[in-house]
Amino acid sequence: MKKERTFKFTIPEEELMNPGHLACQGCSATQAMRYVLKGLGQKTALCIPACCWAVIDGPVPYSSLEVPIYHCAFETAASSASGLKAGLEMVGDTETTVVAWAGDGGTFDIGLQALSGTAERNDDIIYVCYDNEAYMNTGIQRSSATPYGAWTTTTPVKHFKRRPKKDIVAIMAAHKIPYIATASVAFPEDLIKKVKKAKDIKGTRFLHIFAPCPTGWKSRPDDSVKLARMVVQNCIFPLFEVENGERYTLNIRPKEKKPIHDYVRLQGRFRHLTEEQLQFMQQETNHNWELLLKKVDAK
Amino acid sequence: MKKVIMGNHALSFGAMLSRSQVIAAYPITPQTQVVELLSEMCASKALNAKFIKVESEHSAMAACLGAALAGARTFTATSSQGLSLMHELLHWASGGRMPVVMGNINRAMAPGWSIWTDQNDSLSERDTGWMQFYCASNQEVLDTVIQAFKVSEKLLIPSMVVLDAFALSHTYEVVDIPDQAKVDEYLPPFQPQFRLTPSEPHAFGGLTSPEHYFEFRYKLQKAMEKAPALIEETGREYEKMFGRYLGLADPRSCDDAEIMLVTSGTAGYTAHVAVEQLRGEGFKVGNLRMKVFRPFPFDMVREIAGRVKKIAVVDRNISYGHHGIFYQEVKSALYGMKNAPPVFGYIAGLGGRDITPKDFGDVARHAMANERPEEEIFWIGVKK
Repeated sequence: MKKERTFKFTIPEEELMNPGHLACQGCSATQAMRYVLKGLGQKTALCIPACCWAVIDGPVPYSSLEVPIYHCAFETAASSASGLKAGLEMVGDTETTVVAWAGDGGTFDIGLQALSGTAERNDDIIYVCYDNEAYMNTGIQRSSATPYGAWTTTTPVKHFKRRPKKDIVAIMAAHKIPYIATASVAFPEDLIKKVKKAKDIKGTRFLHIFAPCPTGWKSRPDDSVKLARMVVQNCIFPLFEVENGERYTLNIRPKEKKPIHDYVRLQGRFRHLTEEQLQFMQQETNHNWELLLKKVDAK
Repeated sequence: MKKVIMGNHALSFGAMLSRSQVIAAYPITPQTQVVELLSEMCASKALNAKFIKVESEHSAMAACLGAALAGARTFTATSSQGLSLMHELLHWASGGRMPVVMGNINRAMAPGWSIWTDQNDSLSERDTGWMQFYCASNQEVLDTVIQAFKVSEKLLIPSMVVLDAFALSHTYEVVDIPDQAKVDEYLPPFQPQFRLTPSEPHAFGGLTSPEHYFEFRYKLQKAMEKAPALIEETGREYEKMFGRYLGLADPRSCDDAEIMLVTSGTAGYTAHVAVEQLRGEGFKVGNLRMKVFRPFPFDMVREIAGRVKKIAVVDRNISYGHHGIFYQEVKSALYGMKNAPPVFGYIAGLGGRDITPKDFGDVARHAMANERPEEEIFWIGVKK
């Protein structure tokens, strides 16, 4: 008798995100949402401030998601989520996971104060930052998440961004919240594992998801997953967790740390950079990687 | 039960008796006692509510809105700079039809730093789609919070309960604290038709094209237009249960008045005192203490204005480049009215300078002595 082949899915089959949304081709923010909802399940409520996802979801009266959404003000993802959680509990719903879902601008810049407040109070929400490294919804303006060297419409090639990307994980770790994790859409099993872990923890949990943006990065839409993988392999965006602001765990330690060169050269936003400037980026990457390893090994 | 309490605590008791479920607030002078007492009430379980101690007024309102969307009754309080910081979210509250009730202590806007009263903070929020109630006693503050929840939740429009810095916020008065069971009867739990829940997932406030946006705003205005009658109705209901009527305004001796003062806030009570004195001296003066500013009670103002010879509006606020704000509003209400009385506009008491009964006497005499206002603005007590 022929043996029947069985498949075991490595990520949940449940789909809480429908087709028909308004994202660009190759948008990783949609992948991030799809995976996070797979990890959290339907008893989830989202607070989405101004960001690409404020549009991606679909115009009134449509929504591409099977979970409720509060479209909140730009700088209020965290504070809206704090209020929503308190409100739900007061009307008897203690089960729903409340998620603040914001882009890098809404997290690193305009929403940082509210996020700090929520984290300091350790309000019981999950904050997800999907990071495409600039204000993409408004048309590619630099944010404090934009990396060194990048072109944006407000950092033209003659005046490209000279300052490094803000270290948001360090800022969040300083708040001593129970759980922080970085994730990349190229590693869905790792991402969903972290989402599920976060779901079972009480208090403020922060997920930083790397989400390539072909429109803003001047990269090919079919390269998004590749870029999201390379950025982990070259250690620009390592995958790690921080528990209680102190315990660092590295999830993927590349056997061979890849040079940043290929990653950078796949993106039009870095096209103007000289080899010397690339060298500088490589040194910065190496330096940050060593700093992280020290924290990881310190435990 | 009667208690001697400060105006700020009247707000706290109002929020407690209304069984607020989520409170989010940030401290600002002269509002602090409101939230100090509420945090004690929450800690001692006198009030079963969650108190979110936010890091700014902006987050205070944001948290209230999130909670309101979940279907919880929400309350906050602020003042002046704090109210201005909330400005963006005041639009969010009314546009999202979230019936938050907020106490605002009138305090002059900086610079220079002032902690004393005038109305420019709240009146700068005139067009944000909030109802605004200007109170003149601690009793009125407490009663109005309870009424405001009832009206707000019926119309899905947020309410601002406004009181003067220090003149009311820190002034102790005897206040009748109503019985909780009776308040529960007057104000049943908040049961919104729509609320955010995974069991019925909706997206609230998403991208709204020109095809739909206009209608949302039309509906907000239509709901606002229902407010004056509803305020009067719920005010009469309150009177039946608690013995105090809560109306759109508090007219005193207006029926046969030659000069009718138009006032608001605690200055409105000072004006009542002045009217009594002036009547004693034989002057036919009345005072219309405005309570509800938004929605503007057009019908009531026109009806009372039709009975008087002249109107003298005293504003503790100013719209620079125009005039006092109540003055503008009263004038616009009278536009096109047959035999509309002339309206004189006075500005007094900015930044907490006292407005005394003598000032109102001067105003009344000035309006009495002149056929029509020969200037746009008359300044009371300013050092020119």
